[in-house]
Amino acid sequence: MADKRVILDQASVPGFPRGVKFRFNKTKEQWVIMAPERLLEPNEVAVEVLKLCDGAASISTISNSLAEKFQAPVETILSDVTEMLQDLADKGFLIA
Amino acid sequence: MTESPDAPLALLAELTHRCPLQCPYCSNPLELERASNELDTETWKRVITEAAEMGMHQIHFSGGEPTVRKDLEDLIEHATDAGLYTNLITSGVLIDEVRLRKFAELGLEHVQVSFQDTEAENADRIGGYKGGHVKKIAIAKKIRDAGLALTINAVVHRQNIEHVKDFIDMSVELGAERLEVAQVQYYGWALKNRAAFIPTYQQLTDTTKIVEEARIRLKGILAIDYVVPDYYAKRPKTCMGGWARRFMNVNPAGLALPCHAAESIPSLKFDSVRDNSLSWIWENSSSFKQYRGTAWMPEPCQSCDRKELDWGGCRCQAFALTGDASNVDPACELSPVHKETFGLAMEEASVEAPEFIYRRIGSDEEADSPVFAAQPSE
Repeated sequence: MADKRVILDQASVPGFPRGVKFRFNKTKEQWVIMAPERLLEPNEVAVEVLKLCDGAASISTISNSLAEKFQAPVETILSDVTEMLQDLADKGFLIA
Repeated sequence: MTESPDAPLALLAELTHRCPLQCPYCSNPLELERASNELDTETWKRVITEAAEMGMHQIHFSGGEPTVRKDLEDLIEHATDAGLYTNLITSGVLIDEVRLRKFAELGLEHVQVSFQDTEAENADRIGGYKGGHVKKIAIAKKIRDAGLALTINAVVHRQNIEHVKDFIDMSVELGAERLEVAQVQYYGWALKNRAAFIPTYQQLTDTTKIVEEARIRLKGILAIDYVVPDYYAKRPKTCMGGWARRFMNVNPAGLALPCHAAESIPSLKFDSVRDNSLSWIWENSSSFKQYRGTAWMPEPCQSCDRKELDWGGCRCQAFALTGDASNVDPACELSPVHKETFGLAMEEASVEAPEFIYRRIGSDEEADSPVFAAQPSE
């Protein structure tokens, strides 16, 4: 993990650290986050967000795409996305 | 016919029982498999393919010491190609940087290294392997250099529990993502040595405080998993996520087990991956079906509102402490023998610790012979 806790904001560029894989399981037709001896089964909304975490797009860019896709206010999306990704970062599933 | 169960999440592949260490709390069974009885490379590959086809996500290469197998590279590569997330659970004392980098190149994602203490002398005494601790520290650094994720597995008990703070500092210093503070669980070898390991209730609560404080302080820096000895619990742990619900274990000889300690229950009959596919075993093996779900449960489990949360706790523990695996797990305070068990542990913890009974293959053999025994057909 990081040397200190990463605090995410809209300029942060989230991605997956070493040992963490966001993958589609073909047999189960399900997206999962795999990490050292841990496994997360993100819900549909989280999957949409995580698909955009490519280590290049910022949280702001990600939120804009989602706001457009789901026809929702970008402020709400930005705050929800940041909160969700912060939680994942705190648990070691994400870096920025 | 009952509905077929959801596929398991992960396969624990116990490649061998051979190990240079002799930890007296080893989770392997008392009767260890010999090298000549181990599955060959081709059979393991088939099992790995079957695991991926069933929809399993992860494979944990474990043992014994899995790196004694010279075909570990082949198996890591095969598992990665099959789409599994690969994890190596090792003592770390037999691998060098070259082999480690090869593992990483072939797709290994994560390595868990076990530590016996933070002080070399005591660590080597507990593991029964001189020079082990220093080697472990060195290899942990190499693991990070090779770009692999690292978990430190700290096995904690009355003879090192005062060093939990040091374990936390050591993990941060080594750059680990994750630390498991795993208090010894009492089956097999550990049950034989319980009096040498069980901490006092006060030691346990002090440790819990230290871990909880560190979790807050190190949020986003180090993830800490914490396993307590459930003798001191009110309710049992959700052992293995429920019997035959989440995991499959294949032992070195090819027997498929619902958990790594299941062989301690003599009434169970296990099926072999030599004769059956993994999915057939998952759905049909009597040992898997025996305690799956809730139908087998006695009272008070049957009418308990937690029965689908803890799934009745641990069957191996129920057998070890009551002689009947279908009894209530004594870790639960609703068990008629809970008080007695708790009292026994408290009593053992309050007197001087006895000598260890070290883990060895065959009590009449040289301790180091199994590690250097020949590999099966390669």
